[in-house]
Amino acid sequence: MSEIREVIINNDRLATDEYLVNMGPQHPSTHGVLRLLVRLEGEKVLNIQPHSGYIHSGIEKMCEAITYPQIIHLTDRMDYLSAHMNNEAVALCVEKALQVEVPDRVKYIRTIMDELARLASHQLWWCVFGMDLGALTTFFYGLRDRELILDIFEETCGARMTVSYNTPGGLMFDIHPNFQKRVKDFIKYFRTKLPEYDKLLSGNVILRERTEGIGHLSLNDAIAFGVTGPSGRASGFSCDVRKNQPYSAYPFVKFNEILDFRCDTLARYEVRIKEMYESLNIIEQLIDNIPEGDYAVKMKGVLKLPEGEFYQRVESARGEFGVFIISDGKKNPYRVKFRSPGFSNLFALNKMTKGHKIADLVAIMSTLDLIIPDIDR
Amino acid sequence: MDFYNFTSLTHSIHEGLAKSFSPFIATTIEWVLVGLAYLTFVALFGLFLVYAERKVCAAFQQRLGPMRVGKWGLLQTIADFIKLLMKELIMPRKADWFLYNLAPFIVIIASFLAIAVLPFAPGLQSLDFDIGVFYLTAVSSVGVIGVLLAGWSSNNKYSLIGAMRSGAQILSYELSVSLSLMTMVVFAGTMQFSAIVEGQRDAWFIFSGHIPAIIAFVVFLIAGTAETNRGPFDLAEAESELVAGFHTEYSGIKFALFFLSEYINLFIVSAVAATVFLGGWMPLHFGNFESFNHVMDFIPPVIWFFMKVLGVMFIIMWFKWTFPRLRVDQILTLEWKYLLPINLINILLMALVVLTKFHF
Amino acid sequence: MKSFIEYIVSIFKGVWTLLVGMKVTAKYFFTPWNHVTQQYPENRDKLVMFERFRGEVIMPHTDNNEHLCTGCGICEINCPNGSIEIISKSIVTPEGKKKRIIDQHIYHLGMCTLCNLCVKACPTGAIVMGQKFEHAVWDRSLLTKVLNQPGSKIAEGVKE
Repeated sequence: MSEIREVIINNDRLATDEYLVNMGPQHPSTHGVLRLLVRLEGEKVLNIQPHSGYIHSGIEKMCEAITYPQIIHLTDRMDYLSAHMNNEAVALCVEKALQVEVPDRVKYIRTIMDELARLASHQLWWCVFGMDLGALTTFFYGLRDRELILDIFEETCGARMTVSYNTPGGLMFDIHPNFQKRVKDFIKYFRTKLPEYDKLLSGNVILRERTEGIGHLSLNDAIAFGVTGPSGRASGFSCDVRKNQPYSAYPFVKFNEILDFRCDTLARYEVRIKEMYESLNIIEQLIDNIPEGDYAVKMKGVLKLPEGEFYQRVESARGEFGVFIISDGKKNPYRVKFRSPGFSNLFALNKMTKGHKIADLVAIMSTLDLIIPDIDR
Repeated sequence: MDFYNFTSLTHSIHEGLAKSFSPFIATTIEWVLVGLAYLTFVALFGLFLVYAERKVCAAFQQRLGPMRVGKWGLLQTIADFIKLLMKELIMPRKADWFLYNLAPFIVIIASFLAIAVLPFAPGLQSLDFDIGVFYLTAVSSVGVIGVLLAGWSSNNKYSLIGAMRSGAQILSYELSVSLSLMTMVVFAGTMQFSAIVEGQRDAWFIFSGHIPAIIAFVVFLIAGTAETNRGPFDLAEAESELVAGFHTEYSGIKFALFFLSEYINLFIVSAVAATVFLGGWMPLHFGNFESFNHVMDFIPPVIWFFMKVLGVMFIIMWFKWTFPRLRVDQILTLEWKYLLPINLINILLMALVVLTKFHF
Repeated sequence: MKSFIEYIVSIFKGVWTLLVGMKVTAKYFFTPWNHVTQQYPENRDKLVMFERFRGEVIMPHTDNNEHLCTGCGICEINCPNGSIEIISKSIVTPEGKKKRIIDQHIYHLGMCTLCNLCVKACPTGAIVMGQKFEHAVWDRSLLTKVLNQPGSKIAEGVKE
């Protein structure tokens, strides 16, 4: 008793202690097996140390043993929500190395698929964000609409998530005859559902209170940590690869790069919601104008890249996704490196969360839209 | 109306027992009977509520909900309950054995205590205090001790955080619940539940008390939702933050007790709202529409009571399945900066209304 | 006074946004027939997969128990994770020539990632993707399948 009295007298307040909590690898809001070592003082977060690697599958190393067309099916399994973009990055990189120009039809279809994948990813992010904040109903509304996109994928690509649709030199199949109709139906449907998202969650006073001014990430920090994608753009970092280094059919379409300068969780939320509208616009511009032509260029049976280093980046749903291939002229790459957006974004978490509450940590982590296989690869 | 009165039934049971046994044994038997009746009611109604919640939530989310066990999944909760009964009781190694095992019982006992004063129908009420409202607010805050003990004794940081949140939350919202009930006590002029219900024979308090009563009702709903640790106020068990909060380490039947007590608390809050604001078992009466009032009288009071309770429950479930969760500091802000001042002004308003007789 | 008015306005605005959200969920609650649940085992008869759906690799056989596989092994080379093994045997044709034909086309479904590369590479179109997706089995060895049926032979006129 006297000890406690002493502590109180000496510190002029009740003695408290910092403590460590392991959030994850099994925790409902880490969406996989991410482990955060959180140092807390009461509810206040003092420091976060992310530990990744729980589902490291060595994809980069595996790539060294297989041929270029085979690499693509592994990239599906990294960021499984933007599988199309990952596939496309590898395909574009190989095409760049071989100096193959793909037909416009391929470019158009690739872009439409990219945007559909982005929509699906943002929908899933939206429903998971709602769930992390405690609004469980959003989860089902988001998934309900995402199913329709996955149906489109399934009909044309043959798989719902691990699509493997792009190949070096073109596409795996031509689009399905129903493709255009289905996409148009979906756009019409989703334009009625998106305002509902806003009504249910965006305008909600609780969400506003929970997110406004929380998780500030300044522009300098965003650049320093390499935070790209919607999370970076919410800090005013103009990092949209689709604008800065257009690939596929992006030079042909008009769209806005969504930027927000508020830098907080709400900004990241709204950037993603606005990007969904923008994706719909892009698809609408392209879907009626898919040119006729081949869906793939005839490639050699065994692809051998010339000796050298090749880099291609694309805008995945989470940010800049890059593929770096070093080739020594054989049919297998000498070394492959994937620049995954999730890994860079994750390490900005500590900066953003310091001084906030545990509940904010969950909300901030959710707005970074982390996919664990994307981080661990 | 008298046809549906249970007083004669309870009296005849009492007299029958008093004739054949000594007064002491007769009273004991009555206690046991009442206890058994409450237990059966709570167990059955709890099972029904879990099922109802799952179906309601499913409908909000465009799903079907449980459909496999029995017709429309009607036996699902029974199956779940059997599963919970058969599960192993796990205790963390360094948990405080005594408090860890005591906590679920404190929570459930607090819920049972509160149920005792609720009038289900004329004559169906086991404790008819003259300080019924006071008693209810007192015992309903006992439950938080169980939650705090559960969180502390589990030797788990998530549980501890959840328990501390729950403590802060329930202690503050206790104020709003009591004050909004006090507002109605000012209006009713009594704390006895049966008298409060009787006072609403002509018009429910929410109609006769107009503006202050409606404000008090809304405040009570919000604070009551917070009291039950549900809906946007489920900080204590915030799934995405604290895994399962204070009952993270509980399994099997002990978890079931926490689970059940949550639903009993939901019932209590809805029942109190129905009794104090919506007339309890009183049928809906409109001033001079004699024939309408007469038709309403034919519906038994028990049905009236449960209809109102289920209606209030639906609103609370609606909250839960629509809103995101609040943060711990916002929950306190909401109480101390919004609900409490509104409540204090409201109680003054109600006093004015009563003094000037500006009510129906 | 100004801040007091703001305080009151903020209450009503906040409550309004909450009511807007509640209206959305209520809309779905009161139209329960619009549910999106699919009751899977019950709707098995009506459940048709898309024609391109990749469920497993199969080798179609004609009524005469003939297939198109020459046993060239291109699918085996193209498979990224070694789920295909070709075991061939040599026979003597009636003309007296020695010829290698397929003995067993072994397919490990447990390892397959359904990337479609083997189907795309097959020069004779002998293997295709099947729509079956109910692959759960009690024993892992059941996932190793022999695609060519016993006693089957290569169809006439397939280019070697």
